[in-house]
Amino acid sequence: MSVAESTLVQVQAVEKFYRRGSETVHVLEGIDLGVRAGEFLALMGPSGSGKSTLLNLLGGLDRPTKGTIEIGGERMDHLPDRPLAAWRARHIGFVFQFYNLLPVLTAERNVELPLLLTPLSRAERKRRVAIALAIVGLAHRAKHFPRQLSGGEQQRAGIARAIVTDPTLLLCDEPTGDLDRKAGDEVLNLLQALSRDHGKTVIMVTHDPHASARATRTVFLYKGQIVTEMPK
Amino acid sequence: MPGAFNWLAQLASITRFSLLTIPERKGACAAAAFGIGGVVAVLVGTLSIAQGFRQAMMASGSPDAAIVMRSGSDTEMVSFLGPESVRIVADAPGVARTAAGPLASSELFVIINLPKRDTGTDANVPIRGVSRMAFQVRDDVRLIAGRRFVPGRNEVIVGRGAAQEFVGLDVGSRLRVGRNEWRVVGLFTAKGGLAESEIWTDSPGLQTAYQRGTSYQSVFVRLASPDAFDEFRDALLRDPRLNVKVVRQAEYYAQQSRTMVNLITGLGSIIAGLMGLGAVFGALNTMYSAVSARTREIATLRALGFGSGPVVMSVLFESLLLALAGGAVGAAGAYFAFDGFRAATMNFQSFSQVAFAFAVTPRLLGMGLAYALLIGLVGGLFPAIRAARLPVAAALREN
Ligand SMILES: Nc1ncnc2c1ncn2[C@@H]1O[C@H](COP(=O)(O)OP(=O)(O)OP(=O)(O)O)[C@@H](O)[C@H]1O
Ligand SMILES: [Mg+2]
Repeated sequence: MSVAESTLVQVQAVEKFYRRGSETVHVLEGIDLGVRAGEFLALMGPSGSGKSTLLNLLGGLDRPTKGTIEIGGERMDHLPDRPLAAWRARHIGFVFQFYNLLPVLTAERNVELPLLLTPLSRAERKRRVAIALAIVGLAHRAKHFPRQLSGGEQQRAGIARAIVTDPTLLLCDEPTGDLDRKAGDEVLNLLQALSRDHGKTVIMVTHDPHASARATRTVFLYKGQIVTEMPK
Repeated sequence: MPGAFNWLAQLASITRFSLLTIPERKGACAAAAFGIGGVVAVLVGTLSIAQGFRQAMMASGSPDAAIVMRSGSDTEMVSFLGPESVRIVADAPGVARTAAGPLASSELFVIINLPKRDTGTDANVPIRGVSRMAFQVRDDVRLIAGRRFVPGRNEVIVGRGAAQEFVGLDVGSRLRVGRNEWRVVGLFTAKGGLAESEIWTDSPGLQTAYQRGTSYQSVFVRLASPDAFDEFRDALLRDPRLNVKVVRQAEYYAQQSRTMVNLITGLGSIIAGLMGLGAVFGALNTMYSAVSARTREIATLRALGFGSGPVVMSVLFESLLLALAGGAVGAAGAYFAFDGFRAATMNFQSFSQVAFAFAVTPRLLGMGLAYALLIGLVGGLFPAIRAARLPVAAALREN
């Protein structure tokens, strides 16, 4: 496999500005980043350095002001809203810091959500949900509502939801940020296993060196730019 | 990917999720629904007044009956017919005949003042002088108590509506107006028609009491058949001795009711319009808070790939559903509260009281529900648009 073929994410000269009143806030400036398929990448940096912004651009939740983003060899940064939503459904699995499960749905129904966007039959959806829940070790909690689950269990349900469509890329924004060490470790074990054993490409934003230590590579953001090492 | 199906499936799931959250928001949802229900109840209620009034007026006219008045008169009040004219009308072609003579009743129409039962204040009541044939001309008149008046003895019979509305019209009581005194000898119904609001006596007696000589104001005739109307009218209009107008009874009463119906409908619509505005704000408020309470959920669904179209539609759908539920309650309430409710009001053409029952018809119920849906639509539209415009990335930051 050539290097070009194995590069899954290609970010080139990406800038992101926000207009806040009369002033323009430069959140990202000249970001170049390549991520190979199967990598488990940690994205670190101080608060406000633009980590979530970059992750949202990669996930097609927002568009760069300048520059290009290719994922799986396909440019998606300029897609209109509707195809972009369909693209997200097909290629991206999101894991959020606060899980973002729908409180009115059971764990299995939450995990099923992304499958509702596919033409899969009910039986097939059920099968895939069961597999995803088994992977995260939550099969016995399938019928529980989010409020009946611990934080760690909720995050594992969140991960099951992210992987149930077998997406190209897993994007996790501080997935352990709201968990204690033990629950956080379980989530990290899971992400690590997904990358190492299932060949998933994972990009994880974190503040925690303990978490980034699990990654195959760490990238630092500082004031909207990628730096090789954090300035002291 | 199958586009339309996928879109509908998304709509169905998002709507289901939002409906599942209604129990958590039941207070606000119930308030909005009941607000809309109140508006519908008021709308249906007031329109049922107009409807009932119109029905009472329409019920007074049968298709084979006609009224003759002096040309240019809009009402009997201002009409005048001499004895010669009255005779010619009765003998005209098209009038039904029996062995006893043509079915024509020469009538007088006088307004008197009587105290109302509920307020004690005076209001106008029409007293009608009728001829011998009146009971055959208007065969819906039925005595339900007492007997008919005997001509020349200052006796009257009273319509049920008038008897309910006014003091001193019970059978057996004496009715004193000015120098005149009548004895109430009977009570009658007229299938809910206008005559129920009237007092009847014999024409000659009323002519004497009000110094009308031998003049009348109208002739009521029963036609040989509904189709005989044209023949009857043409004969009278062609006759050089006459200067009259001829209208079908139903048409006459429909005209009589128009001012009142328009007034009530207008007032009802204004009130319902203003209340509707209030209910729109209630619905807006509820749906805005529903959307803002669910901002993160909506953003999450959007991040997972759900489209903004289904999100818009689900908010609208929920709003419409609340409106429909409220509207149904309001319409049902109006039906049970108002349908058949008896009342009396001024007929502005004759300046006399008309007794009638509120009528909540299926059409009114349909209108009420349509209005509820309109309120729901307007109340849901802007929150739905806000939900759709939600910038996903920014909304996800709101934790
Ligand atoms: N929609 C927006 N409008 C204006 N400014 C924004 C917007 N989104 C992000 N920003 C700004 O961009 C900067 C980077 O935000 P971002 O959320 O990417 O930081 P972060 O590195 O994820 O921080 P944290 O570690 O606290 O999550 C911040 O200063 C933030 O205020
Ligand atoms: Mg962040």
